[in-house]
Amino acid sequence: MSAYLIRAVSILGGDATDLLLHGGVVAAIGADLTATGDTGDTVEIDGTGLVALPGLVDLHTHLREPGREDAETVESGTQAAALGGFTAVHAMANTEPVADTAGVVEQVWRLGREAGYCDVYPIGAVTVGLQGQQLAELGAMADSAARVRVFSDDGKCVSDAVLMRRALEYVKAFDGVIAQHAQEPRLTEGAQMNEGELSGRLGLTGWPAVAEEAIIARDCLLTAHVGSRLHVCHVSTAGSVEIVRDAKRKGWNVTAEACPHHLLLTDDLAQTYDPIYKVNPPLRTAADGAALRAGLADGTIDIVATDHAPHPHEDKDCEWAAAAFGMLGLETALSIVQETMVDPGLLDWEGVADRMSYAPARIGRIADHGRPIEVGAPANVVLYDPAARRTVVASESASLSRNTPYAGMELPGRVVATFLRGTATVLDGKLQ
Amino acid sequence: MKRHLLSAADLTRDDAMLVLKTAEELRSLADRPIKKLPALRGRTVVNLFFEDSTRTRISFEAAAKRLSADVINFSAKGSSLSKGESLKDTALTLEAMGADAVVVRHGASGAPHRLAHSGWVRSSVVNAGDGTHEHPTQALLDAFTMWRHLGKDGARSGDNLEGRRVAIVGDVLHSRVARSNALLLQTLGAEVTLVAPPTLFPVGIDTWGVETSYDLDAVLPKADVVMMLRVQRERMNASFFPTAREYSRRYGLDGKRMRALQDHTIVMHPGPMVRGMEITADVADSDRSVIVEQVTNGVAVRMAVLYLLLSGANGSDHHGEAPESETDA
Repeated sequence: MSAYLIRAVSILGGDATDLLLHGGVVAAIGADLTATGDTGDTVEIDGTGLVALPGLVDLHTHLREPGREDAETVESGTQAAALGGFTAVHAMANTEPVADTAGVVEQVWRLGREAGYCDVYPIGAVTVGLQGQQLAELGAMADSAARVRVFSDDGKCVSDAVLMRRALEYVKAFDGVIAQHAQEPRLTEGAQMNEGELSGRLGLTGWPAVAEEAIIARDCLLTAHVGSRLHVCHVSTAGSVEIVRDAKRKGWNVTAEACPHHLLLTDDLAQTYDPIYKVNPPLRTAADGAALRAGLADGTIDIVATDHAPHPHEDKDCEWAAAAFGMLGLETALSIVQETMVDPGLLDWEGVADRMSYAPARIGRIADHGRPIEVGAPANVVLYDPAARRTVVASESASLSRNTPYAGMELPGRVVATFLRGTATVLDGKLQ
Repeated sequence: MKRHLLSAADLTRDDAMLVLKTAEELRSLADRPIKKLPALRGRTVVNLFFEDSTRTRISFEAAAKRLSADVINFSAKGSSLSKGESLKDTALTLEAMGADAVVVRHGASGAPHRLAHSGWVRSSVVNAGDGTHEHPTQALLDAFTMWRHLGKDGARSGDNLEGRRVAIVGDVLHSRVARSNALLLQTLGAEVTLVAPPTLFPVGIDTWGVETSYDLDAVLPKADVVMMLRVQRERMNASFFPTAREYSRRYGLDGKRMRALQDHTIVMHPGPMVRGMEITADVADSDRSVIVEQVTNGVAVRMAVLYLLLSGANGSDHHGEAPESETDA
């Protein structure tokens, strides 16, 4: 295994220093490091102007395998993740078959290990077949080789209050967390976009903020009542941020995520009727975006998660109502966080490391990721050039799908290198 | 005029008046023994209907034929929504057949917009009703009918609908007719009041620039036009109102309410009517009712729209015959 000696890099935006990755760990940090004994194998990288961050951890990724290998595979999805600076992703359960048994989660886990571009942590379904009727075998998934700790019916809400209560209670036995897709189903029948002035004019059925907020409020209360752990997926409204903030103030064990597209994009894009902007929960108003950014800055929103949702071309190349919900996110997440949080001064690089690495690893209960860049820590590191600018080109994605809403948009920053346990998965912006 | 007619908002006041005045000239054709002009000879108009709507389709078909265009009717029930052939593939097929204009009716809001702006077709796209979004030619024929009856100096010579009060009553939430009318009538200077139970107004109606009311009886005495919208009885199953009877009592136009109207006030309905629901038979068949005339006017207005879009006559001698060699931009 090669060693990597990164010269004059800024760890989390700090003063320039040398950083040596060797033997799968951070071997040394300091000025003027020399290469290790077997110098022939040491690759030197000029880190001038680059920021070193801990390898990013995504708590919300759709890898589509098994079942929709036309949209994404574990291999292609983890390639996209590596290019985006991620060293670990949590694979959502809404595959075909659904990841609701130990067998399926172990298959996804094994595919991740074989792919080798980043670590894959399968998320288990809360209910059998995501049907919201009966608990899946959560314990079997927790005890499996995949060691599942995060459970979610994402794409569907665990709307039944009793089932949600039981799930929250049950996962206490193995320190699990229920990641809720908060969407009251009756209030969102046929919903197409954020309910507001624009949905009325465009004649698209509205997805009201209250449908998200009502479920989050209920789940926070349930979580407090049974003393469990709740994670709220893709928080999208200002009201949701308020509810989560209040729950945290009360000391309840609630965490929340925001997606890059909700930080950057707004519902007025629906005016194009181009379903590239169709996502669930929908793009919201500018005021909602501002509340999410403020919540992410003050820690109300714990993490950024991509909700990377690949779809084949034909599922977006159609009329809005017929199109699938979802957009790509892995390869653009860090740039969007820079654009919306770092550049405006809402978050520093230490904050980015927390929201995109430490905190998601903590919520997912994974020990080998989300560790500060310190001597002896696993060498999961991303080198990022915040001064670069790039125009997003959909066809350049490593994903098998092309449904990025950012195509043609100029975004700041570029992932230069990603290291997974000291092995480069990305070097000079290219997959290894 | 723009190349496509997707929304009533695409029309400036000048555009809209040009359509109405052109329709007025074309309407006189209906009274002649030979009802045909050679204006669109050699041009192909495709009626692409993903939703059943016999009356709108035959209105466009009659309009195109009276202008001597070739008409292809393409009934494509079951779009990609039901996993049939996709909108895109249908569009590519029509393009390959050499359509100059595509008149599209679709159950999904924005489908005509997608057709016009996704690079699938080069022809002009006319929205003949999309989901719960818009139905601009219906708004034009409604405005034309109002204008003929209420134009400032009496029939036919008025400039526009400035200051005229139009009440639109019924299921605004699900109505493409209400959306297009609200836009176009404001463009033409009319004062629009939408009347519905609160459940049948969309969120954000306060930004539409129209008046709204929950009280039909308060609105009727001031109206110059009362337009009743179709209300499906099934809406009560989704709790938009308790029963059809309660809806009729509060928002239906019956003989008693009709007597509250001013003498000159006309009653309109885009059809198809649900008699006994939003309108009673005695109102629909009364002298005030211009519902049948709306149908006649529909053909004239659609002739005007097709003519203006396809002949490319914008500001030039738009009453002359279109040059046959002219191609679309």
